[in-house]
Amino acid sequence: MNKLREVFKINKESIVSIYFSAGYPNLNSTTKIIKNLAENGADFIEVGIPFSDPLADGPTIQESGSIALKNGMNLSLLFDQLSEIKESNSVPLIMMGYWNSILQFGVEKFLISCKNVGIAGAILPDLPLEVYERKYKDLFEKYEIPFIFLISPQTSEERIKKIDQLSNGFIYAVSSSSTTGNKNGIESAEPYLKRIQSYQLKSPLVTGFNIKTKKDVVFATQFTNGVVIGSAFINALKKNASLEENITEFMSEYK
Amino acid sequence: MNYNVNSEGYYGEYGGAYIPELLHPNVEELKLNYLKIIQSASFQDEFKSLLRDYVGRPTPLFHAKRLSEKYGFQVYLKREDLNHTGAHKVNNTLGQILLAEKLGKKRIIAETGAGQHGVATATVCALKGLECIVYMGAKDIERQAPNVERMKMLGAKVVPVHSGSKTLKDATNEAIRDWINHPEDTHYIIGSVVGPHPYPDMVAIFQSVISEEIKKQIDGDPDYIIACVGGGSNAMGAFYHYLDNKVVKLIGVEAAGEGVETNKTAATIALGQPGVLHASYSYLIQDEYGQIIEPHSISAGLDYPGIGPAHSHYNDIKRVKYDSVTDNEALEAGLELSKLEGIIPALESAHALAYLKKMNAKPHEKVIINLSGRGDKDLNTYIQFTNNKNHE
Repeated sequence: MNKLREVFKINKESIVSIYFSAGYPNLNSTTKIIKNLAENGADFIEVGIPFSDPLADGPTIQESGSIALKNGMNLSLLFDQLSEIKESNSVPLIMMGYWNSILQFGVEKFLISCKNVGIAGAILPDLPLEVYERKYKDLFEKYEIPFIFLISPQTSEERIKKIDQLSNGFIYAVSSSSTTGNKNGIESAEPYLKRIQSYQLKSPLVTGFNIKTKKDVVFATQFTNGVVIGSAFINALKKNASLEENITEFMSEYK
Repeated sequence: MNYNVNSEGYYGEYGGAYIPELLHPNVEELKLNYLKIIQSASFQDEFKSLLRDYVGRPTPLFHAKRLSEKYGFQVYLKREDLNHTGAHKVNNTLGQILLAEKLGKKRIIAETGAGQHGVATATVCALKGLECIVYMGAKDIERQAPNVERMKMLGAKVVPVHSGSKTLKDATNEAIRDWINHPEDTHYIIGSVVGPHPYPDMVAIFQSVISEEIKKQIDGDPDYIIACVGGGSNAMGAFYHYLDNKVVKLIGVEAAGEGVETNKTAATIALGQPGVLHASYSYLIQDEYGQIIEPHSISAGLDYPGIGPAHSHYNDIKRVKYDSVTDNEALEAGLELSKLEGIIPALESAHALAYLKKMNAKPHEKVIINLSGRGDKDLNTYIQFTNNKNHE
């Protein structure tokens, strides 16, 4: 059983996971952030691979990614950093990035590196289902890296059910038709979240995009198994206190 | 050999639709409907009559005698600069606005670099009374003030893009993000043969009117067709109906900027590696980690780090020869055409003209240059270049 499934087995109802851009705010903050998030109860962590042209991201994540790139972050370095905490870290890590980063690194090399550092899954929003299925599914399965699909309010029932069949981690339910960190209230997602809940999918569901407050978390976990918080966490890292204090304060609100 | 896109949206291995799931319904709706709509009689009637009465087509194919005399072979200019709005861009925006109307869309978005595609989009939105939002890099807004004013005068809202390098590629990212945020009522009018399938094919079809007219205008087959290539839409239009006629040599001219050996260049085929940008797999100027490198060209319309997937394929199968010319070569060619033929070309088109110097055609051979746009927008650049030369 993969690490993600274990998380969802223990905690079915209120997973809180955090996204951050690797290499932000400093080149070497990656492992510190993971350690502090783990100590403060994050159920799993999405490690963002910074990319020059992040299509699905709003201004906050765009900015953190471009600062990370200026800091000198790249995928080789990121795998080096992650291998340092391979033994000490117990919280599942998910790699999130854009397909061109993986293509240029080499798809198989990426999967091998993921396996070597104990990565629990990959979210690659611009690798579409059809291409994954036709060209890469066997490779992801060979290295036991669950491919995590996104669904949106516009995704048809038929397609969601197909995605459920192909999933072996969880399904990432994007809360509204938007890029990350949008200002829309999460409440407007209620009909959609109720609809996907009613499908009784085999895969756990995690709501992401536009989750900001504890209230949002409580709301989203009525219908899905957990949430991902990204932009709100990155904004919290900008506060004046130390990295540790910012993370502790941020997580205390959600846990 | 098949030069067209296949049913999955690929030209050889290039193209496809590398889109986030959030865009799947938008792109799927287009994919399922575009051919059906474009081929319908009502669409064709309206498209053709507007191309004639509004755009001013057919554009002439002009035998440039003084230029021919100078180079020693027969040079013809396909006068896309005489289109309404001054470039070939309107062929595509007109086609897409009619398509958007048939799909029931109320809101139009577009990206623009120099502002030519933005102006062409704002123009057809005014014609059809549709809301128009144009994303433009903050840097380009500064550099291209007259076109920003034009778009506003035509009723469009111009949104400055401050992300990334604040130029065309970032404006394209922002337009795609807008589309993600407005999945139902919005059509995205992309300006070149780039982006996810079906855009490269759709834009090629709308631009193919260029070679359709050339076929009727020229006696027999031309020996060469030459066009500049940024994303590659005017080249696609000029090549389209000659792709399967191997007698005709096709040449795409990229912008070398200050030279392909410098890091200030936009010659994608010369320098790029295949990768995914703006939802399509094609040659890209990028570093070893796949981060996109900001290109450079004196011509804003060629200042793009990618190239349409069809061109990548035509390069690999050697159907089209891609070469490049520098900023200075293009500027010289633009000044030369002005003096010899009384036509001031856009800097983009001047890249195609500059290729004449590199050719060895025979005296009777017919060489068509696709003169994609007029040079009014580039006057300042030409003037500066001339002044600098005079001071040397």
